[in-house]
Amino acid sequence: MDKEKLLNLINRQFEGIVKSHSEEYGLLCIETETTNIFNLIKWLKEDSSVNFNFLTDICAVQYPESGDREFAVVYHLHNLKENFRLKIKIFTSRDKLNVPSITDIFSAANWMERETFDFYGIIFDGHPNLCRILNLDELDYHPMRKEYKLEDGTRTDKDDRFFGRKGNEKITFDNKKQLARDNG
Amino acid sequence: MDNISKHITENEVIDNFDNKLSTLNLGPTHPATHGIFQNILKMDGERIYSAEQTCGYIHRAFEKISERRPYNQIRPLTDRLNYCSSPINNIGWDMTVEKLIGAEIPKRVDYLRVIIMELARIADHLICNSVIAVDTGALTGFTYVFQERERIYEIFEEICGARLTTNIGRIGGFERDFNETAHKKLKDFLKGFPKRFKDFETLLCRNRIFMDRIINVGPINADRALNYGFTGPNLRAAGIDYDVRAMNPYSSYQDFDFKIPIGKSGDTFDRFMVRQEEIKQSLNIINQAVNNLPEGPYHADLPEFYLPPKEDVYTKMEALIYHFKIIMGETNVPKGEIYFSVEGANGELGFYLISDGGRTPFRLHFRRPCFIYYQAFSEMIKGALLSDAIVTMSSMNVIAGELDA
Repeated sequence: MDKEKLLNLINRQFEGIVKSHSEEYGLLCIETETTNIFNLIKWLKEDSSVNFNFLTDICAVQYPESGDREFAVVYHLHNLKENFRLKIKIFTSRDKLNVPSITDIFSAANWMERETFDFYGIIFDGHPNLCRILNLDELDYHPMRKEYKLEDGTRTDKDDRFFGRKGNEKITFDNKKQLARDNG
Repeated sequence: MDNISKHITENEVIDNFDNKLSTLNLGPTHPATHGIFQNILKMDGERIYSAEQTCGYIHRAFEKISERRPYNQIRPLTDRLNYCSSPINNIGWDMTVEKLIGAEIPKRVDYLRVIIMELARIADHLICNSVIAVDTGALTGFTYVFQERERIYEIFEEICGARLTTNIGRIGGFERDFNETAHKKLKDFLKGFPKRFKDFETLLCRNRIFMDRIINVGPINADRALNYGFTGPNLRAAGIDYDVRAMNPYSSYQDFDFKIPIGKSGDTFDRFMVRQEEIKQSLNIINQAVNNLPEGPYHADLPEFYLPPKEDVYTKMEALIYHFKIIMGETNVPKGEIYFSVEGANGELGFYLISDGGRTPFRLHFRRPCFIYYQAFSEMIKGALLSDAIVTMSSMNVIAGELDA
């Protein structure tokens, strides 16, 4: 199994399904459409010529302010026989978070998808029990999204600007002086 | 008879009486679960009709915290994943960053890392196996091997000053080389351990009561195990010889000669035996590493990531600048996306890291082995006795810290 052979096989089976591909640090990554992901992974697992029989991981990534490509769901597959790893990425937008579930193909996907839902709010259609797994059921937001800041923005000892970075925009030197003056 | 509560209607009482299933809440805190796990079991008498696990009781949001922390400061978080073998997590993280920045690591560092990781694996397996015995009612073996675990922790203490949450190593190598005492303690351990381990083994392995309790308990076949994403000793017990150390060697594992034990039926007995054999293999690896330990530096030449010696910081401008930048987390790393995995004590521990070139990771995801394979638990104990479920759970080596991250 090598990169070219795999891409040819995928292209022969599903014409034009691979939107783009890249290789970083020796790991092949292909990007496809949300609608194709179920059939692609099913074929990758079941066809004996490719034989990706192991699901290593599912997780999501958020790229803020990227419109149609704001959320990515990343699948890591592994062909254990030939020791070949593959990463598949799909992108969705904030108002269209539905992605097909692959729990019918890999049982392992069950909790991985629940975790992804819990932290990013990706909705996996066809999942048998899509509910929160690590956070409280009562939580009304998805905490790994970038809009939820981790630390209190009013802390002055961690002001990013002192280190030449952007961030913590609320406090500026000017309004600090102003505040001091107001307090007498 | 009148119902005492107005919420119970007569029909419900009769229904409950008819189907005979009772609900048992095992956990979240229960002396037999070794951690905070909750299992809601539907019981038909002593048999388990169905089970449902919940988790998240000690979720600490490591992935979120990591997005705010410089690379050097994420290592202490990894300590708290599988805390029975934290050095493997620490070194796994360091190697992920090293791969991202493309660092060249001296051979001596690789060998020292192998020694530490295998010691951690032995400690982890010892706890897991002895706890299986404890859950069947045999406490003696546990007290034998806890003494051995203590010796391993003393070696860690000599190397890095900590015992459980070790924060061992640095990006690029080690904070300091092994000292004389560490070498001596390691030597004593390698000399004394095989005999004491043999005591433990003879106590349990052919013990009729113990065998009756664990053979054919909580089995899973190879197909299901693969489908459920099993890795580590649990997958090997089902008969699949997948080991990251052999398949994608890291830290010079290709230099060592070791065997990968596999089981047949994937039951508790196989998991126990696979771990027993792995302890022996780990010991073998450590012996090879100690005997062939190369000379050379104990850290890579990475001034941007590795702290300079303190006397240089006080006397040289450049060292002072690097010191400041590392402590304040001001070192930028290259942009990139990387997946790196090591063979943790209970399976493939993966780090999926996206760097946007800044001081902190843009996204970090831990592939935590027991979070993935613990899903199979309800399937494995269906139809078993309650006491079998307890043993199955301890033989799966589910660690609460790793499960909940």
